[in-house]
Amino acid sequence: MKAAEILGLLEASVLMGPLPEEEIMTACGSDMMSDVLAFPKERMALLTGLTNPHTVRTAELLDVPLIVFVRGKVPGEEVLNMAEDAGICVIGTAFTLYDACGRLFAAGLPGGTGRA
Amino acid sequence: MSGAICESYAVEAGAFGTAGEASGKIKGVLRKLGVPSALIRRVAVASYEVELNLVIHSLGGTIDLSVEPGSVVLDVADRGPGIPDLALAMQEGWSTASDEVRMLGFGAGMGLPNMKRNADEFAIQSEMGVGTRIHMRFRSPEGTGT
Ligand SMILES: Nc1ncnc2c1ncn2[C@@H]1O[C@H](COP(=O)(O)OP(=O)(O)OP(=O)(O)O)[C@@H](O)[C@H]1O
Ligand SMILES: [Mg+2]
Repeated sequence: MKAAEILGLLEASVLMGPLPEEEIMTACGSDMMSDVLAFPKERMALLTGLTNPHTVRTAELLDVPLIVFVRGKVPGEEVLNMAEDAGICVIGTAFTLYDACGRLFAAGLPGGTGRA
Repeated sequence: MSGAICESYAVEAGAFGTAGEASGKIKGVLRKLGVPSALIRRVAVASYEVELNLVIHSLGGTIDLSVEPGSVVLDVADRGPGIPDLALAMQEGWSTASDEVRMLGFGAGMGLPNMKRNADEFAIQSEMGVGTRIHMRFRSPEGTGT
């Protein structure tokens, strides 16, 4: 799924661009970084309500190309600058974590187990 | 072991601001050496988990990286306080992390199981009042000479 499609499905806005060109293969939604680290996959989007610098650090470590902040959460400038330095695109949606994940899953983006 | 590339990274207790830097450096070293990316990811995840444990739970310690032909090794040692019940600590979901730490996104009790899952060899020893040692070896499936 293209990042542009994710943006549309989540009625999201770009907080730090540009949108990645590469295909997003899977997604993971959690506010616990160790859950995210448990089953990382290639070209995974990360959906979270956790807006502190550790989200970007974890994403960078896993080569995550796209972070989606849910529930209308907007991170501080420091966090957005970290994402820019790491080459990670950040978008924000008003949907809750559950609703945002549900929309992407229903549209065909599988979870980390690969069993869609 | 001759010809192994060795680096040592110190990790301070409570240093949330810099938590993850050592793992970022380890990832960079492995990339430069041309280690396969799937192997880098496994090492990076385990190293990040262990680095955070040093920051959150320990009194500080070190992560030693060695790169040998066909495998990467992490040897981790801290200065205490030690883990009273290793079997419990290894269980998924068991954590003594404070609410403050949970607010930062850690304390799911997944770190040690994550390390074990990613490593081909995993050994942990802990002595109360002395410290905890973790040895992890990650083999390259292709057995590439790095
Ligand atoms: N180096 C250490 N020194 C002392 N205690 C430790 C150390 N590493 C882990 N522990 C203990 O083992 C428990 C489990 O560790 P583990 O990494 O699996 O989970 P966590 O750190 O609590 O949460 P998560 O890793 O999911 O953020 C910790 O809560 C802590 O009590
Ligand atoms: Mg941990």
